[in-house]
Amino acid sequence: MTQYLLSVYQPDGPIPPPEVLGPMTAELGILNDELRAAGAWVFSGGLHPPETATVVRLKDGDVLLTDGPFTEGKEHLGGFTIISVPDLDAALAWARRFTKITGLPTEVRPFADRSQGR
Amino acid sequence: MPAVGGPQIARVFRAEYGRAVAALIGVFGDVDVAEEAVQEAFAAAVARWPSRGIPPSPAGWIITTARRRAIDRLRREAARPDRHAQAALLHEGGEPAQEGPVRDDRLRLIFTCCHPALGGAAQVALTLRLLGGLTTAEIARAFLVPEPTMAQRLVRAKAKIRAARIPYRVPAEGELPDRLRTVLAVVYLIFNEGYTASSGDQLVRPDLCAEAIRLGRVLAELMPDEPEVTGLLALMLLTESRRPARTTASGGLVLLAEQDRGRWNQALIVEGQALVRRCLRRGRPGPYQIQAAINAVHSDAPTTAATDWPQILALYDQLLALAPSPVAALNRAVAVAEVQGPAAALELVDDLRLDGYYVFHAIRADLLRRLGRAAEAALSYDAAIACTQNAAEREFLGHRLRSL
Repeated sequence: MTQYLLSVYQPDGPIPPPEVLGPMTAELGILNDELRAAGAWVFSGGLHPPETATVVRLKDGDVLLTDGPFTEGKEHLGGFTIISVPDLDAALAWARRFTKITGLPTEVRPFADRSQGR
Repeated sequence: MPAVGGPQIARVFRAEYGRAVAALIGVFGDVDVAEEAVQEAFAAAVARWPSRGIPPSPAGWIITTARRRAIDRLRREAARPDRHAQAALLHEGGEPAQEGPVRDDRLRLIFTCCHPALGGAAQVALTLRLLGGLTTAEIARAFLVPEPTMAQRLVRAKAKIRAARIPYRVPAEGELPDRLRTVLAVVYLIFNEGYTASSGDQLVRPDLCAEAIRLGRVLAELMPDEPEVTGLLALMLLTESRRPARTTASGGLVLLAEQDRGRWNQALIVEGQALVRRCLRRGRPGPYQIQAAINAVHSDAPTTAATDWPQILALYDQLLALAPSPVAALNRAVAVAEVQGPAAALELVDDLRLDGYYVFHAIRADLLRRLGRAAEAALSYDAAIACTQNAAEREFLGHRLRSL
């Protein structure tokens, strides 16, 4: 089994109204239940908007805090799911369903596990 | 080609490299391990076969030798804390590879090389490298990129296959049509890059055409029930049959209408036409089969004038109904010019949005020339020349422009 990070990227700006978000959240709930039933679910979570982020970094040996996200762009990471499946095709099949529900791009990235480390 | 001496061994290398790599990936689950082992086995063959003769099953001998060498090397490496080697050894231990009839893993391998999670350039490079046994330098030369660029492309693609676990299998029934389309597109792209190099001095790179046809034959052998696979092979064979007549002695381009049809390769035509007839009997048409049929009609005709243009037009109508594309519509317009005249064709061409495609401007220029509108034709030839980097094509278009 390989673990994959499924990241959902969404455009900056106001979140969609409840009549759009409601059914979407319900469908995502069903998808997560299916992932659990299939034994593929590891973790999932949605994130608060990027303005709520704080970045911690080193500068000249001191730890410095800055308000806001690490990268500023037109899109930001909205949430993610970690799944454990046999191969990329299985991961892509789940990712397809996330994208169909949210209408947003989903990035699929494998975790580096020990048996694959070089 | 790596250091393989002797034409006989070189032939075995060309014919069996892909099969051996595919089999070894099946054993060890890793592309790099498989490639290194197969290369070592061919090096062993070079040392051994000249004195002892080629074994009855060269592929079986290569696979068995490669497997043995890989196990030895992996054991040595696994003694150090090399997790990669340990994983590959762990994967091994299935059925022993036998000298004799060889299970064919090439189909699995081609679907891995052409996985949609890999970029188009990576799909092409991997297919030529792993199935064709072309060296990185050869592939880099064929696509006119620096060798380090191609090497990096291959390393990245192989690393993604390993890290992301791109599966090594033929897709399930439900996914097969989509995935097969990608595979066929990769093979056809290799062929087309060989047939009309997108840049460089030479119009044709015959080695790429030969490699694409070889891959097409492998696919047709392994998937005999897929009519589009047969269709693609037929299309490539019939197109290739015209290659000897397609360039002048100095490498210039000769249009279909002006080709010496006596120089067409009759053996390829016979083979391609037989495949087209087999497709027709199946009655499950697809874009490659229809394009093959169009080429079969051309190859039947002793001259351009004697070509069955209405039949070609009907086939283009079918192609557009099945797989509409501006390029297919452009080619259909050429048939319309023969059946209904250049004015009707020009009307169709002017509706197309293909400004970046030199063939569009070249066809438009030719239609304008036939209608006696020389000034406009000249402008279109200029536009066509601006759209191609291929020296032979530029030369040809320049000649047309000057003879207006």
